[in-house]
Amino acid sequence: MIEHDVLERVLAGATRTGAEFAEVYAEDKRSTSAGLDDGRIEQVSSGRDRGAGIRVIAGDTTGFAYTSDLSEGGLNAAAAAAATAASQGGGGVNVVGLTKSASHRPNDVRHRPESIEKARKVELLTRMNEAARGFGPEIVQVSAGYGDSTKRVLVANTDGVLADDEVVRTLLRVSAVANGDAGMQTGYQSMGHTVGFEIFDTVDVEEMAREAARQAITKLAARPAPSGSMPVVIKHGTGGVLFHEACGHGLEADHIQKGASVYAGKVGQQVASELVTLVDDGTMPGEWGTLGIDDEGSTTQRNVLIEDGILTDYMWDFLRSRKDGRPQSGNGRRQSYQHLPMVRMTNTFVMNGPSKADDIVADTESGVYVAKLGGGSVNTASGDFVFGMTEAYLIENGEITEPLRDGNLIGNGPKVLSDIDMLADDFSMGSPGMCGKDGQGVPVGDGQPTLRVKALTVGGTAS
Amino acid sequence: MTGSGDTSDQLLQVADRVIAQASAGEQIEAFVSRGGETEVRVYEGAVEHFVSAQSEGIGIRVIKDGRTGFAYAGTLDDAAVAEVLAEARDNVAFGTVDEWAGLALPDGVDTTEQSLWNDDLADYATDRKIDIAKELDKLASGLDARVRVDDSNYADAWGEAAVASTNGIRSAGRENGCYVSVSTLADEGEGDTAETQTGFGFSVGNAPDEFDLERAAQEANDRATRLLGATKPASKRTTVVLDPFVTAQFLGVISSTLNGEAVVKGRSLFADRLGDEVAAAGITLVDDPTNPQAYTSTDVDGEGLAARRNVLIENGVLQRFVHNSYSARRAAAVSTGNATRGGFAGTPGVGCLALSLVPGTRTQAELIADVDDGLLVQSVQGLHSGVNAVSGDFSTGAAGLLIQNGEVGAPVREFTIASTLQRMLLDIVEVGGDIDWLPMRAAGMSLVIRDITMSGS
Repeated sequence: MIEHDVLERVLAGATRTGAEFAEVYAEDKRSTSAGLDDGRIEQVSSGRDRGAGIRVIAGDTTGFAYTSDLSEGGLNAAAAAAATAASQGGGGVNVVGLTKSASHRPNDVRHRPESIEKARKVELLTRMNEAARGFGPEIVQVSAGYGDSTKRVLVANTDGVLADDEVVRTLLRVSAVANGDAGMQTGYQSMGHTVGFEIFDTVDVEEMAREAARQAITKLAARPAPSGSMPVVIKHGTGGVLFHEACGHGLEADHIQKGASVYAGKVGQQVASELVTLVDDGTMPGEWGTLGIDDEGSTTQRNVLIEDGILTDYMWDFLRSRKDGRPQSGNGRRQSYQHLPMVRMTNTFVMNGPSKADDIVADTESGVYVAKLGGGSVNTASGDFVFGMTEAYLIENGEITEPLRDGNLIGNGPKVLSDIDMLADDFSMGSPGMCGKDGQGVPVGDGQPTLRVKALTVGGTAS
Repeated sequence: MTGSGDTSDQLLQVADRVIAQASAGEQIEAFVSRGGETEVRVYEGAVEHFVSAQSEGIGIRVIKDGRTGFAYAGTLDDAAVAEVLAEARDNVAFGTVDEWAGLALPDGVDTTEQSLWNDDLADYATDRKIDIAKELDKLASGLDARVRVDDSNYADAWGEAAVASTNGIRSAGRENGCYVSVSTLADEGEGDTAETQTGFGFSVGNAPDEFDLERAAQEANDRATRLLGATKPASKRTTVVLDPFVTAQFLGVISSTLNGEAVVKGRSLFADRLGDEVAAAGITLVDDPTNPQAYTSTDVDGEGLAARRNVLIENGVLQRFVHNSYSARRAAAVSTGNATRGGFAGTPGVGCLALSLVPGTRTQAELIADVDDGLLVQSVQGLHSGVNAVSGDFSTGAAGLLIQNGEVGAPVREFTIASTLQRMLLDIVEVGGDIDWLPMRAAGMSLVIRDITMSGS
């Protein structure tokens, strides 16, 4: 994308005014998307995003500028803007020598998106539309989307790092609306992987569509969710968004260093039920949050954050690890070349426990069974977090009974982690997620076995 | 920010050159934009980061024989623009024939003259932007010993955009704006009883001189300290008073149910309700991007049609939905000038541009004085996860202050408030007179709603 010697000259120039660190992050991304709604392929879109973000650090100040011009002149102009932004005076001559890191490519991509005819991509959507509508006469509307992208990334910095990556993504989603006597209800399914079109050799797209239709139709008979604190059982692989919100964000070192996390100063302490081992792993082949390198050129890795309930480590990026004098953990990420990196999760999951899923339900006298979670959000400083339930049922006398309407659940991170009293042995990864932080979205994965929280507040309207 | 002149005509020329290449039977629309931003973040009195950047790009829509294709690129060099047009044309073949497909037609509605560009902001010195963020940091740090500043921010952005089509749409213009925001942390207690609560405050302006930094700092301070010692409340049905910022978020949710695209595709719970009483008597909801006080005020919509004032609900009765040209054609209506566009990388959607309830006359304190037993909602959490705009189910995390005998009392948190969108509109008791324009697509004011379920312990 950019020649080695050009990078060296741009970096040397960026630190000429005395800054101690400079970085070039360049990306070239091609994407295709197709959308179906109301029975029609509304349009196929193609996109090209290419540019570089240049970061210059002087003292505790970061200057940042970006450009879509990848020529040496364009890069130098952005570098000068970033250096001015970070300017702290000083001066000197800098020589930068880059050493190319060995490639780290956790994903095995066989059918690259650009090698697949657009017609085959579009066909997935029409098949899903037919399958969802064929599931039942209650289905009155279906929308579906396909997206793929190939992003080449190059990172070089004045510490001599030169690393590159190529990330291929393939995403498919479908939503269905069912209409009944009590109004409309919705169902949704999605899948996303960091591989190519070969994913459709194993994913049954019609089954995905029928599943979305089934959720919507099931909810037509749903009653209002209960209101108040009660045991909640969460189905495996429905999105470990619970952990993403209850503790994931709170374990990001930027929140920790600013004293804006309930988990600050707690390494080595019991922060969760001893059943809980929480891992963030950017190397899981094909998963949605998987990368070869993070967006600061650091190789991704598997990081154990909580082991048997004991907090073992936080997640780190360049700035935060530099401040603490420790290695990076491969968690420095950004939405695009137009954004500054910060500490982000990759694939975050809880490992298996000893119980059987059926026993967890049978052991629950009354409560709520959540079969599908929506999104969530957290206030890392107070620890209060919410997440939505988009398919849920009552548990009565140890059995799953009536479906419930949508609602949020609310809890406090440290309290909920210690209230996890049963964990099953049926781990699976969940649906692809888009995690938002400080205005930037990045793709993340999550997963968990079936589990029970002995008390969570369910935000319905029924008493 | 650039102090140089208006270059949106150059963008219009780029768009003109693209649409001039249309062949017989082909409709083409080119949307070309260029913009920049400055962002300063101050932490502990020093600049943590400073972002200064520009970007540009083009999105091209091609429609032929009822089929639509689209492509974009984040650059305006000639080769890239040619590639975008070729890709958009190639994509046409894969669309389904749609009898309503088409670009906007000029409708003769004149744009409302507005001053969307402010030279004072464009020429504002960088050092002074940094000083503003530092000043806000200092103000918010100094009000209460328990309060720390998480970050203090100055942000501005400018943009130029041009849209031209083979249907005769030709529009170009530029705008800029700025705001400051501050996030605070309030700490109390030690060891196992230590707690931290958060607050925020912001101020918007056409130029930095319009900021009210004292008010932003005070609000951020008060929001955080008010919640110290908050407990989880008991579950009950109650009357809520929404803070202006919460009301603005609520209106944002309501707007998706009045979206013409959702209506024509059978996804709006109000689809068959035109002329019905859908809100309490006295409630009037207006989308008015021509109001210069709105942060998102604009003269044209995403398809280049004049932005206009639309009354959506009048005295409780549903009057109209908002449309772009496509949803309008399908609904046998006319575009209300509500095409939305998230930059050059997407095709126009439909949405409200600057929504507001017609405000009442009383202050928040006067509204609270009439509530015997209720809740002042200071913040909500999880609107994206706990609200289903198709079914109408509404459930969100919240924090705030209990109201007893007309006065605010103990702080509460870690609970949810729930109802349905349909009921909430009908259950509105009163709209406050404390209208506040926020850096979002809806204005805020205090709002009293009865019969909300609060779920706690």
